[in-house]
Amino acid sequence: MTPGQAELDAMLARIPYARFLGVRMELHGDEMTGVLPFAEHIIGNPTLPALHGGVIGAFMEMTAVLQLSIVEAQQRQPRPVDINIDYLRSGRPQDTYARALIKKVGRRIANVQVEAWQETRRAPIAALHGHFLLSPRDAGG
Amino acid sequence: MTDAPIPNAISERMARSPHGRALGLELVRVAPELVLKAPYKPELVGDPDSGVIAGGVVTTLLDFACGWATALALKEPTSIATLDLRIDYMRPSRPGLDIHATAYCYKLTRSVAFLRGVAYDEDPSDPVAAAQAAFMLDSNAGRGPGANLEPPRPRAKRPS
Repeated sequence: MTPGQAELDAMLARIPYARFLGVRMELHGDEMTGVLPFAEHIIGNPTLPALHGGVIGAFMEMTAVLQLSIVEAQQRQPRPVDINIDYLRSGRPQDTYARALIKKVGRRIANVQVEAWQETRRAPIAALHGHFLLSPRDAGG
Repeated sequence: MTDAPIPNAISERMARSPHGRALGLELVRVAPELVLKAPYKPELVGDPDSGVIAGGVVTTLLDFACGWATALALKEPTSIATLDLRIDYMRPSRPGLDIHATAYCYKLTRSVAFLRGVAYDEDPSDPVAAAQAAFMLDSNAGRGPGANLEPPRPRAKRPS
């Protein structure tokens, strides 16, 4: 069974780093959108000001992990193996959104792409693609 | 090798980064190589079942280390921004241990700096993660303080 919004909220509430960043996940039908609300403590460049690139990367990575968790039940949280992040625009001091697209789920590895945007999805501020190690619940190990 | 710059100036600039302060980042040394430290904090745990620090914290620490290695490699200070960042996660860090990151700039061009970095908990030869990054130089490019508080500049229509 696919988890609903309540299960997703419970999953996030258990992750201290998600609370530290203030990340939320919103589920509409089978589409999940990550929300990174603007906060002073996620600014990296105080002059422009701009969000810290590492935080945008971390947010996209978290969106990928949760998207994988809701698609297939896992024994453990999916773990990143490698990720590539392209920074396209500077992150303005406002809320940021992200959606993950699972390109392939293999027996052990999933390939996921994520895009993050602010004003409009047509102008992404960053993109991530990466591989994640899975532990499917029915695979016994 | 360039002369080691004054760590105080670097520490001050680092202290100006709100996210660096939120993570409690510390500059360990700048020579012979740059080393940053993210102290273990329970609020940075990414997997509550294992107590392991979130991969995102390692990503952020390596981004910081690459950024500061770029700043150290530059003769004249300029604004910089990450263009791309690749991270390989070799193993989970050990719960309770601080994470360190080191980075060096192996090529500097007029517009771009190329960097490699490593994150480890205890032993640099047993890394937690490795990074390869490119940074844009003069990334503010005429945008002054507060530029990001303005709405985005209108762009020419994209070809469809």
